[in-house]
Amino acid sequence: MSFDISTGPHIRVPSDARLVMWLVAFALLFPAAAGVYYFGSGALILIVFTTLVAVATEAACQWFARRPITALDGSAAVTGLLLALILPPTLPLWMAGIGAAFSIAIVKVLFGGLGFNIFNPALAARAFLLASWPVAMTTWVRPFDAVTTATPLYLVNKLHEAAPSYWALFVGNRAGSLGETSVLAILIGAALLLLVRVIDWPAPTAFIGTVALLSWLLGHDPLFAILSGGLVLGAFFMATDYVTAPVTVKGRFIFGLGCGLLTVLIRYFGGFPEGVNYSILIMNMLTPVIDKYARPRLFGSKHA
Amino acid sequence: MPNFRGGVHPPEQKDATEKQPLKTAALPARVVLPLQQNLGCPNDPLVKVGDEVKEGQKIADAQKFIAAPLHAPISGKVTKIEKLDNACGFDTASIVIEGSGAATAYAGQWSVEELTPEQIRQSVREAGIVGLGGAAFPTHVKLTPPAGKQIDAVIINGCECEPYLTADHRIMLERGADLLYGARAIAKAVGAGRIIMAIEENKADAIAKVQLATRDTQLETIKLRTKYPQGGEKMLIKTLLGREVPSGGLPSDVGVVVQNVGTAVAIAEAVKYGKPLIERVVTVTGSAVKQPQNLVVRIGTTFKEVIDQCGGLTEDAAKVIMGGPMTGIAVASLDVPVVKATSGILALNKRDAQHYEEGDCIRCGRCLKVCPTGLMPNFLGEYARLKNWDKMAEYHVADCIECGCCSYVCPSRIYLVQYFKVAKRELQTRKAVCK
Repeated sequence: MSFDISTGPHIRVPSDARLVMWLVAFALLFPAAAGVYYFGSGALILIVFTTLVAVATEAACQWFARRPITALDGSAAVTGLLLALILPPTLPLWMAGIGAAFSIAIVKVLFGGLGFNIFNPALAARAFLLASWPVAMTTWVRPFDAVTTATPLYLVNKLHEAAPSYWALFVGNRAGSLGETSVLAILIGAALLLLVRVIDWPAPTAFIGTVALLSWLLGHDPLFAILSGGLVLGAFFMATDYVTAPVTVKGRFIFGLGCGLLTVLIRYFGGFPEGVNYSILIMNMLTPVIDKYARPRLFGSKHA
Repeated sequence: MPNFRGGVHPPEQKDATEKQPLKTAALPARVVLPLQQNLGCPNDPLVKVGDEVKEGQKIADAQKFIAAPLHAPISGKVTKIEKLDNACGFDTASIVIEGSGAATAYAGQWSVEELTPEQIRQSVREAGIVGLGGAAFPTHVKLTPPAGKQIDAVIINGCECEPYLTADHRIMLERGADLLYGARAIAKAVGAGRIIMAIEENKADAIAKVQLATRDTQLETIKLRTKYPQGGEKMLIKTLLGREVPSGGLPSDVGVVVQNVGTAVAIAEAVKYGKPLIERVVTVTGSAVKQPQNLVVRIGTTFKEVIDQCGGLTEDAAKVIMGGPMTGIAVASLDVPVVKATSGILALNKRDAQHYEEGDCIRCGRCLKVCPTGLMPNFLGEYARLKNWDKMAEYHVADCIECGCCSYVCPSRIYLVQYFKVAKRELQTRKAVCK
């Protein structure tokens, strides 16, 4: 009789990386569904399209590089799905497709693939699209009737007009990116991920808390600051991205603080109405430094 | 309830054997005794091929402080002294004894009060006792506090936090008197005034039993939460006394000595009856064992002989492990012998003995959350893949207690703790070479 002699531990938790990724994808279906509800079948087509392009791009890159094809591990699907959620619902499909291909091929695979990319692929792709097609990327429509309009953040902070009701903002009945409008749907997905411990509290809490506090200190409505723009989606689904955010609890908290601070600076003092996208990308750059200094305390010593 | 940082909750899997009373295994007809079975220095044989030996006779020893002698577990004839497979992790020859004579009788004679600390240490050393929880560190060394270090508390470790194992659990239920005697002997040897029995709350019957046995004594019994690695020395001291063993230090640095319950009983037998360490309790369990049991086995008995007394293995047996599933070592064949550190023999069937394919780190941070030492296993793992031992030293790999929590939770199935063991050995060798 011959036995398996692999090293210990000989038992492992049931959940593996694949399951974790697909759980995130599943949680994203809630804001995705809200997007389809508000923006119609065009939104659904956009979501399916970017997801398929992202997965296909990863498979193609891996085939081209003669590497094992792991495109169905869930991570590319998450990127594609996430990208659709932060695009204008009426964006032409070919632009969205280029964005999805860019996110995987340039932002993820060229940096070494899963676990090695510096920037959140979906956010970097959105920044790329915004620089390439600024008009299409800032054309927003009203839910249900698809009449072109401005986002609440633009209305309030740049045009000094009245904001939609808190309720409309909370359920998502307002103009904005496909999956960012319904805070309710985002929170359902986020609660699910928190419950199964796929994501943790420090980054989202610090992120949203900082934005609310600084907005209030600067004389803005903190609740409006939370409910508008892409803050809640960014805080729970992008500031918690494993690969591009710090690994320690301390580090994740600092990451959230930095994102919050930068978002406020961009929103109130910058040229764009919204700053969540760039704030997270900038903090992505600081992640290695945060990881280096925000270490856990070593048992039996005063410091890390 | 007091707690320590990190840790995991693997399925306990103790129900197959926790109600099985200790049973003395049949005397083996042949024993295989690796010359080194404990941390420290290897032994030299005191016998040669052809010699007749008696049960309990010292057959190997070393003239070093950190070493433990070896005794004949059965009477018989030395038939071989050569390299044979073993699972101790030391590259050493084994003494083989064949034939089994009548058992030696040991008679009680000493009470703890009559003995000096030095006499206790001497008995323990001469009995070849090592830590029976699995680490196998020579016990008399731990009973010799370094000069200038005051020991105020002795912790008797009955946590048995490894899944599947129930040897310590049964010892606490059935060997209460010896356990108490051993605990007192340890306290006397190190001059400690306080003795704490630490038991995880999943062993309610053992807690009740020990509490009853220690009712009119100065011993305290403390119930701890069930969490792996609660039985780790440093975690135990932190939970019970709030003291942290300094990085790179020993429990004696914070005035504590920790001994496993099985070791305490072995100490009692050595001090009271002069009985050397020639047998130990082994939990034989797992999905591939037909009749799981807690057996009292002579050191040197082969796994095959032990498992045969438990009904043998099932058809689909895929993996046999010496020790528990978290820290145990998988063995390639059943010809390896039970050694002093064999707390269990765990045989898993195909379904339980899954093989895990390593993936890339996704930086989820779970390993950091469960590491009881506060290390960053993810970075250590990356540096290990690059063989960057210096960087690993900088990230405190030397502080790793090798509990395996990081590997256990890793969703990418990275064999983190294995990398750290390799790195520690690598760094140690380098230090030795440089000296």
